[in-house]
Amino acid sequence: MQTSRAPGVAFIFKKALISALVALVLFSLMIGVRTEAGSDGQLTYWTRFGDLAMMVATVFGGSIVVELLRQWWGPVGTVRVVPPQVTSALSLGARLVAPVLLIFTFLVPVIFYNERYILDLGILVLTYVMLGWGLNVVVGLAGLLDLGYVAFYAVGAYSYALLATNFGLSFWICLPLAGILAAFWGVLLGFPVLRLRGDYLAIVTLAFGEIIRLVLLNWQSVTGGPNGVTGIPRPTMFGIPLSPGDDGLAAMLRIEFSPTHRIVFLFYLILALALLTNWVTIRLRRLPIGRAWEALREDEVACRALGINTTTTKLTAFATGAMFGGLAGAFFATRQGFISPESFTFHESALVLAIVVLGGMGSQLGVALAALAMIGGFELFRGLDQYRMLVFGMAMVLLMIWRPRGLIGHRAPTVFLERNQAISSDLVKEGHG
Amino acid sequence: MSADHILSVDHLSMRFGGIVAVNDLSFGAERRKITALIGPNGAGKTTVFNCITGFYKPTSGSMRLAHDDGRNIQLERLNDFRISKQAKVARTFQNIRLFPGMTALENLMVAQHNALMRASGLTLLGLIGAPSWRVAEKAAIDLARTWLERIGLLDRADDAAGNLPYGDQRRLEIARAMCTEPALLCLDEPAAGLNARESASLSELLLAIRANQGTSILLIEHDMSVVMEISDHVVVMDYGVKIAEGTPQHVRDDPKVIAAYLGADEEEAIAVMESGT
Repeated sequence: MQTSRAPGVAFIFKKALISALVALVLFSLMIGVRTEAGSDGQLTYWTRFGDLAMMVATVFGGSIVVELLRQWWGPVGTVRVVPPQVTSALSLGARLVAPVLLIFTFLVPVIFYNERYILDLGILVLTYVMLGWGLNVVVGLAGLLDLGYVAFYAVGAYSYALLATNFGLSFWICLPLAGILAAFWGVLLGFPVLRLRGDYLAIVTLAFGEIIRLVLLNWQSVTGGPNGVTGIPRPTMFGIPLSPGDDGLAAMLRIEFSPTHRIVFLFYLILALALLTNWVTIRLRRLPIGRAWEALREDEVACRALGINTTTTKLTAFATGAMFGGLAGAFFATRQGFISPESFTFHESALVLAIVVLGGMGSQLGVALAALAMIGGFELFRGLDQYRMLVFGMAMVLLMIWRPRGLIGHRAPTVFLERNQAISSDLVKEGHG
Repeated sequence: MSADHILSVDHLSMRFGGIVAVNDLSFGAERRKITALIGPNGAGKTTVFNCITGFYKPTSGSMRLAHDDGRNIQLERLNDFRISKQAKVARTFQNIRLFPGMTALENLMVAQHNALMRASGLTLLGLIGAPSWRVAEKAAIDLARTWLERIGLLDRADDAAGNLPYGDQRRLEIARAMCTEPALLCLDEPAAGLNARESASLSELLLAIRANQGTSILLIEHDMSVVMEISDHVVVMDYGVKIAEGTPQHVRDDPKVIAAYLGADEEEAIAVMESGT
């Protein structure tokens, strides 16, 4: 080790110098010179060479530290031998994560009954868990990159909002209708993009998401345009309203009314919807349609040679994913009581896609963990205010370096004879479209 | 054509722009027999395969598939997945196309997609776990198990297909094609990249498929030991046309076949080399 240090020093300094030089070029204009519009609109500028020097010095020092760390850790890609006890303990822990998480989720309203903020955050996280699981069908299983998933969320939300405000239909009737309508739009999107793959598919789905948003924004007579839809009815517990009146749930149970009841009800409602999504997806994976989705992701040509209708297989994937998006949208509308096109921007699609990719494409548990990390973690960093995005982005970059295939990258087989062993992520394809 | 042909290819032509890959090719594949399609590289064999299995639409010509029950299907009128689903023609690929991230067992389950879709009531019966679906699923797993046993991969059923050795992947692809219960099995160079022992076991497997399942087999092959050993009938192609056909012995002795394989240019090359030394 000591002998190999000597040539290393020159190398480290050279690398640090190059990094510092790049930093100098980059930051000389970004930090070194500050420009601003003066009082009469003229250009004023002043230099901040002190800050610039500090930045370049930081990069120089940081580069040395990184290089030293790299030498200390040894070459990347070396296999670390983990004792079998540790491996088995880890796998036991991994198996326990899902049940423990589920039990904890069920208990959240009990533990945090008096903390409205936690309950609201829980509802938000669960909404994204459901959206992630829905998109996972399209992206994770069928391998079709969909950048416009928010469109189905919007269709679901507006379906419920418009049906409820215009026709007075109850939430429980509108919920399946919202799912069906969203699935219908999923098929509509599916048809034109059947022949597209990869980047082209992504761009068209992106455009589809924008079209839906723009229609909602401009079709003023129906959707209310940018003003959105207000006064969306709150959900009832199968007909019993959660209100302080005499016919409300509190009065019927002869307990004191509290607005938290509704929050708790909403929490369990989205939990039930998310678990339904999860159950259906797990079930579908073990059915021929689910296997066909995964086969499609692995090799479309082979699918066709085996007599699988790739058209209907893709369309069912789009429709199923869209349906769950629509259900989540209906929930969103009833929770907020007000929706506008602003809630359905591309940012939402990107967020849900990030959850799916971060979680490990195709993994249900991974998506749930990623939603928790992305939405919950984002809230955790709220104290850092303006650095929130920076810290968050850095955390994501680090995660992608350590786990390039997501939190849970391996794939669980849908059927087995003797051993139910996970399949390494190197073998599983990501899909071409 | 007096023989009982399951597949009759008539005046098949395939052009890609100005290039004529297959030119007015006619041949037949006999029922419950193994027909080999051979020829030098670039002779158009795989193009013929792609026409038969619906990946290409031929420029002209007809391909008729006569099923055991008397149904006649014009393959050029079907496309894509319908060739496998309706005409019951299965194929394998020159460069193996398994689903690498799925287990060997899953690969064989995907192959039974259409039968299982019917059994699962287009997913609805399966979603509620109806007893009829459970029975069908078990039957499908049993069929897959049978095939895994026949290709000697039962102990690796739960391993990812991409992790299997090359020879095993070749055999698994054939088993996967057989799980679609085809009437005609088209194999594109099944022995490519196999060693002598693996080739021998492949020959055995194909002969067993013909004997037990009664499946007619059409194969493209470069490995002459396999072709000569198992083929009932050989069709030789060169530059997109048929240059000879007949029994393996007959074809082997045909001077046109020898010329096509050795090539006039090569003979000249040998002559030049010999004179040089």
